[in-house]
Amino acid sequence: MIAEESINESAVVIGASVGAIGALSAILPALPAGYPLPVLVVVHIPPDRDTGLPALFAARCALPVKEAEDKEPVRPGTIYFAPPNYHLLVEPDFTFALSVDDPVMYSRPALDVLFESAADAYGNGLCGVVLTGASADGARGLRAVAAAGGRALVQTPETAEGEIMPRAALDACPLARALDLGDIARELIQLPSST
Amino acid sequence: MKSLPSRTEEIELHLLLEAIYLRYHHDFRGYSVASLKRRLTQARQHFGCETFSQLQDRVLRDEGMVSRLLPYLTVQVSEMFRDPSYFRALREKVIPHLRTYPSLKVWIAGCSQGEELYSMVILFREEGLENRTIFYATDINSTALAAAEAGVYDLDRIALFTANHQKSGGKGSLSDHFTTGYGRAVIDKSLRQRVVFSDHSLASDAVFAEAHLVSCRNVLIYFTRPLQDRAVGLFQDSLVRRGFLGLGSKESLRFSEHAGDFEEFDRKERIYQRSADR
Repeated sequence: MIAEESINESAVVIGASVGAIGALSAILPALPAGYPLPVLVVVHIPPDRDTGLPALFAARCALPVKEAEDKEPVRPGTIYFAPPNYHLLVEPDFTFALSVDDPVMYSRPALDVLFESAADAYGNGLCGVVLTGASADGARGLRAVAAAGGRALVQTPETAEGEIMPRAALDACPLARALDLGDIARELIQLPSST
Repeated sequence: MKSLPSRTEEIELHLLLEAIYLRYHHDFRGYSVASLKRRLTQARQHFGCETFSQLQDRVLRDEGMVSRLLPYLTVQVSEMFRDPSYFRALREKVIPHLRTYPSLKVWIAGCSQGEELYSMVILFREEGLENRTIFYATDINSTALAAAEAGVYDLDRIALFTANHQKSGGKGSLSDHFTTGYGRAVIDKSLRQRVVFSDHSLASDAVFAEAHLVSCRNVLIYFTRPLQDRAVGLFQDSLVRRGFLGLGSKESLRFSEHAGDFEEFDRKERIYQRSADR
């Protein structure tokens, strides 16, 4: 018997690189208080810099925002950022794992690592979002999201500060939908009631 | 909800780990699935196997296969003086305590290719404690241990090592401890003289040494919580009273069943001190 699908088995994963703060600022603060899904975010950050993204967004979001901790359960209605210089993964039991494995396309944390592990854990309950960036990281990860039956969204390259990441994602993932930032936010807000 | 192929793959992964354990006694069964799966997927692709079951078949039947698989199962890459502020905190806060002992034992668990070990030996030399310290460097991977003992690093990594060393409050120049040539840097042989290299698994082996400092960084993040508890229990039993435990910057005893046996000594740098009352 397949277990009843529960809210705990749905999540959003978002990745961005150059231009990340602007792009995320159009999406994360738009999520209303009471938004039920966990939102897991990877931003490419230089290894030795702690940009304080969780604190920056905590001040602007209705949802709680924090840095993901190793072995922490993924909680609904919370925004999590990958720590600088650690890959963020999701375990089959919906807890976080951190890793110091090699960078992927010169980046750690990498979108591919989060997206692929989250696709394994959440299956068709996952929504993957690739935003602005300057590498092909995220393309393979988004394809894994779609292959697992999840939703794949990409920022329209023309509106992205870095076009390369969204273009690579669209090339790798024909099922992905290209939307501007406002429409991505609206799509995420509607997501819980549409699954 | 996960798809059936994904569940099947998970089952195959667990069977592969069970096979490795039963046949070769390498215990990876308590490792975090997500990281392990990622690395084993790379291994599977490298060895041309369509499924983990095919990889399992080869591991069981080909004696040489498991040693080729081990590099994928264990994390290979580190840096000298990684997280320089950790080493600065050791220098400024832990070393003054260690000076009070006539002789010292330091255990670097999961030493990989020796970057963390030699960081520690250099630090102790710079602080004048090397001559009264024995260092134990352990890893589950004997190939990594051999590389650690050789102490040879690609030259292009030395710039980062040097920058880290400076930030950690290093005295003198890191290059004083290396000989360079042919694109490689070889660690000064004298740095190995007080080191014992030993094959040791935190998943299955017993207590190791009576240590004043255990440094085990970015190893526990690869373990499930029960295996983390086992490892931390080993460290507790291996430490002298008031001995120090150093973990990675994103590791913590917060979720550990042994949290009550340690006091936070430097919270930011994840340095703990074994409680006096046990």
